[in-house]
Amino acid sequence: MSAQPRIAVRFRVDPVACDAYGYCAELLPERVTLDEWGYPVVDGTPVDGDLVAFATRAAAECPRRAVLLEAVPVRRQGQPGSAPDGDGPGGRNVPSVGGFRRHP
Amino acid sequence: MSVTTLATAERLLFVDGGAASPLDLSGHIATHGAVAIPTRGDHSWKAGMFRAVAESGLLGRGGAGFAAAAKWDAVYRDPRRPMVVVNAMEGEPASDKDRVLLTYSPHLILDGAEVAAAVIGASEIVICIADHNGSAASSIEAAIGERRQAGMTARRMSVERPPGRYVTGEESALVSWLNHRPALPILRIDKSVPLNVARRSVLVHNAETLCQIALIARHGPEWFRQAGTLEAPGSTLVTVTGAVRSPGVLEVELGTPVAEILGRAGADVDLSAVLVGGYGGAWLDASRLATPYAPGPLADAGATHGVGVVIALPATSCGIAETAQLVRYMAGESAGQCGPCVFGLPAIADDLEQLAIGRADVEALDRIQRRSAVIVGRGGCRHPDGVVRVVRSALEVFVADAMAHAEGRPCPGYDHPTVLTFPESPATGRRSP
Repeated sequence: MSAQPRIAVRFRVDPVACDAYGYCAELLPERVTLDEWGYPVVDGTPVDGDLVAFATRAAAECPRRAVLLEAVPVRRQGQPGSAPDGDGPGGRNVPSVGGFRRHP
Repeated sequence: MSVTTLATAERLLFVDGGAASPLDLSGHIATHGAVAIPTRGDHSWKAGMFRAVAESGLLGRGGAGFAAAAKWDAVYRDPRRPMVVVNAMEGEPASDKDRVLLTYSPHLILDGAEVAAAVIGASEIVICIADHNGSAASSIEAAIGERRQAGMTARRMSVERPPGRYVTGEESALVSWLNHRPALPILRIDKSVPLNVARRSVLVHNAETLCQIALIARHGPEWFRQAGTLEAPGSTLVTVTGAVRSPGVLEVELGTPVAEILGRAGADVDLSAVLVGGYGGAWLDASRLATPYAPGPLADAGATHGVGVVIALPATSCGIAETAQLVRYMAGESAGQCGPCVFGLPAIADDLEQLAIGRADVEALDRIQRRSAVIVGRGGCRHPDGVVRVVRSALEVFVADAMAHAEGRPCPGYDHPTVLTFPESPATGRRSP
């Protein structure tokens, strides 16, 4: 556990909480578009690199706190695909950082 | 609707020659025999019963078809004392099986609930019955009274009466209600994590699933697997309605051809299709009625097993018009929480209605397809997904009609009375279309 693992983030929206403010689509158009009624249509491919900051900001800015961010460990090359959280199926240890991080 | 007497595979709806009659405690024990449930933790009994249910391969009978033993496993791992919730809400308007079980075999449901409670270590059983289903609730209350009087139960049993709407039968909505919140579904990211009531994990089973468990507890997994298919063992209850002479609840072996089920309910007119799996199910074309009634084969035929409902559509009716009414009803039954469902379903209903009467604009069919694709998977629960499945199957099964309607030629049968059932919703004051 020496090297800091690279983290990617999966962007999700809680449709029950969402009220179609649409900020997420402005902040993260790489993953979020809006349907004809203004609700987000999310591409679930994890974001990494520079986009992580935008995903985090979209979560923080959502007035309904409807964005759920899920950290997805990035496998480094040559490393066998072991369970990231060591908690077996279901992955209940995956940290969810839904909307509590304030963007600086 | 009546309870039809059966010729084969009578397990749940056990009838002795004549018509089924409600079984009180003594009648229940005379019919099914007693099941011995240890009152305090008997580990070998628990392990044996868990193994029996796991080996039986019983799939939940509430619609999702989740393995019963897997649900037990998830709750059993939780260190807190769990609770058993009996889902007898029957949110599916055409379904009648919960009412039939509650009325005719209440003790079989309670046996199953007690077996499940004993295995997972629950001290409390809550039976949920829709507020409008009064007679069924009094039947189960009488049964609970009988058991108390006979000193048969050591567990707390109570009956709850949530509002009877389509989505309140969804298990997370039911659990919300038990937590004194509105009976609306919640978003569950990982469905293998048990739901909680007052921070105790909850095991929710459909009433029929519990009856099957009660029988497995008596006769064992080998007996259970003697009926049904390898993937979907056992018998199951199906409500057959629509263009049939004797609509009602039938017990059939899983894997029975759909045509045979229809035959037993007395389908003797030309059918154009059947709706299988309820209002979140799918249309199955009349040419595919040889399909075995089981999850795998139905999925292969583009349909779904869903809840145990088969509705026969006569050739004289318009499948698009029926689907339009179904979607309008389901739009009204939305929990009203998620945008894609709130806006998407009425929009699809609008276009289908115009299509059915031959007044849709040229883009209506494309719009329906596009919106279906946009909506699916974007609700907190599966309500919109089920509606989309019906819509997509309608546009496939009734494709010739849909094209003709799009060109301004409606079916002669577009204004025939519907074969579907649309109850009034007293809980919301909403009326059926």
